[in-house]
Amino acid sequence: MRKVPDNRAWWLVLPVLLLVALSALVPLMTVVNYSVQDIFGPGNAYFVGTEWFRDVLRDERLQESLLRQFGFSAAVLAIEIPLGIGVALMMPRSGVKASLCLILLAIPLLIPWNVVGTIWQIFARGDIGLFGWGLNELGLDYNYTGNPMDAWLTVLLMDVWHWTPLVALLCYSGLRAIPDAFYQAAEIDRASRWAVFRYIQLPRLRNVLVIAVLLRFMDSFMIYTEPFVLTGGGPGSSTTFLSQTLTTLAVGQFDLGRAAAFSLVYFLIVLLVSWLFFTAITHMDRDR
Amino acid sequence: MLDWMNWTPPVAIFFASIVAILMAMTVWEIVSPCTERKGFLPIATTRGDRLFIGLLSAAYIHLAFLAVSEVSLWIALAVSVLWLLILLRWG
Amino acid sequence: MRKESRSRGIGITIFIVLLLTPIYWLVNMSFKTNREILSGLTLWPREFTLDNYVVIFTDPSWYSGYINSMIYVLMNMAITLTVALPAAYAFSRYRFLGDKHLFFWLLSNRMAPPAVFLLPFFQLYSSIGLFDTHIAVALAHCLFNVPLAVWILEGFMSGVPREYDEMAYIDGYSFPRFFVKIFMPMIGSGIGVTAFFIFMFSWVELLLARTLTSVDAQPIAAIMTRTIGASGIDWGVLAAAGVLTILPGVLVVWFVRNHVARGFALGRV
Repeated sequence: MRKVPDNRAWWLVLPVLLLVALSALVPLMTVVNYSVQDIFGPGNAYFVGTEWFRDVLRDERLQESLLRQFGFSAAVLAIEIPLGIGVALMMPRSGVKASLCLILLAIPLLIPWNVVGTIWQIFARGDIGLFGWGLNELGLDYNYTGNPMDAWLTVLLMDVWHWTPLVALLCYSGLRAIPDAFYQAAEIDRASRWAVFRYIQLPRLRNVLVIAVLLRFMDSFMIYTEPFVLTGGGPGSSTTFLSQTLTTLAVGQFDLGRAAAFSLVYFLIVLLVSWLFFTAITHMDRDR
Repeated sequence: MLDWMNWTPPVAIFFASIVAILMAMTVWEIVSPCTERKGFLPIATTRGDRLFIGLLSAAYIHLAFLAVSEVSLWIALAVSVLWLLILLRWG
Repeated sequence: MRKESRSRGIGITIFIVLLLTPIYWLVNMSFKTNREILSGLTLWPREFTLDNYVVIFTDPSWYSGYINSMIYVLMNMAITLTVALPAAYAFSRYRFLGDKHLFFWLLSNRMAPPAVFLLPFFQLYSSIGLFDTHIAVALAHCLFNVPLAVWILEGFMSGVPREYDEMAYIDGYSFPRFFVKIFMPMIGSGIGVTAFFIFMFSWVELLLARTLTSVDAQPIAAIMTRTIGASGIDWGVLAAAGVLTILPGVLVVWFVRNHVARGFALGRV
């Protein structure tokens, strides 16, 4: 769209600016303040410089949780994106069936995150859950509360269950935007199914896929509630991701300085990755 | 009411300098509006983009110094400022 | 082509059945007695009971959780839409000093992990006396909902050609009147979808809602986690509470079903 240069538009943005400044800038400044001090109480704090940062960056427990987090986010993207595209391709193009599919697909997205945890907590149990019971009946030794690998896979499966519909809905809306004429032309050319996907559908999906990757990366990177309810981060620390490590530091141990330094490192990682994605999106918008 | 924010002078100076940089950039933009151009970075950028890239990489430079070495952070700061200037000029 | 569409239909049916199985299990369990739940696996309730739901609807410590959640979600919707509509209009129509950077800064807040803001939020709202109030949670949720709303609305607004705006100004409409009388009805579906997303993200969030409340404004999600901690979990009531948290979302998605796909793409297709 052709945009008109006009700096008075600032007045329209001002309310958002003030509101988000209150809820983002003030806390951010506070976190920076906390991160350079050792705080014992209001008005009782010592300046320690960058000690907390040095501490956090060299803390093995935090490094492990960071690695686990990257591994988890990578696995989430590797499964959910192709699966979501596949589901979107299988969905009916229009009519009552399409509406029904949309609503059913959207249901997992509308469940409060702790209830998602509860559902899987029940569903995966060996004694009262269909999933855990079924696996045990098949002769697999499955126990997500005792075996770290099982716990990790259960959290991953839960995330796939929870969020693949989002990817599918995004891709579906991308596919819907392709004019029928494109398909007719392909049929006249006797294009194969794969050629249709590769040269007609995939290019049109590019925009929504970037949004899907962006949202899925960000949200899986800050996952907290679901594994917290499902496994409590255990067994051991096999499913303790970054947000939970941070929450334990800040609220559990009240280790304010370390938690603040950790928050800032966490935030910087997210900021870098989201900037890369955002730049990619805006440059694509321009190419279009 | 602001007790809980635990302000300390170094952090206050830090945020004040960020605000100062932003205001200077705004004035500069009004006096001589900049156009997008392509430098050694892989994408076309405006002055503001290059400032942001510079500040973000400065943060990472500081973290890297903290993570792997014991040398004074003033060196990291010097490196960052130099990098920022290079970016603004040729980026 | 017919054979292909049949296999597609089978594929999507299998996926949706798998998707709904865990939910069916929750619903199934909410109609069972605890004795039946713990005595073995049954695929449907043998001793069908509504007792679990009766517990929730008669115990104030349970049902007040739903009321609290509803209150702050609605407050958040009102605040978010009020500030996001004009801002999205500005982003979609005008170029102004620092617009791109401002937009990115807003988005970065959607991407910031709530855990990072936990501690300062707690201190901030305690110090201004808003701790354990609905408005505190509503304001805190603006952190991620406002950027999202601006993003979606901007996508929808960019789809409306500028010519409409210019025609209205020629006809002598003032900006506020044009915005409310002409523009907002034109992007009505976009506003509906945005409201749906605001509802969804505020409704499902737990970390901030739980940290900023203790008794008076405690959301249903927090009440549920508290029950999990108790010795001897009441699985039936827990399942019933879970089912009741799913219902509002399903009701809301019904209203926006035709536009929801476009909304998920942030209005950008």
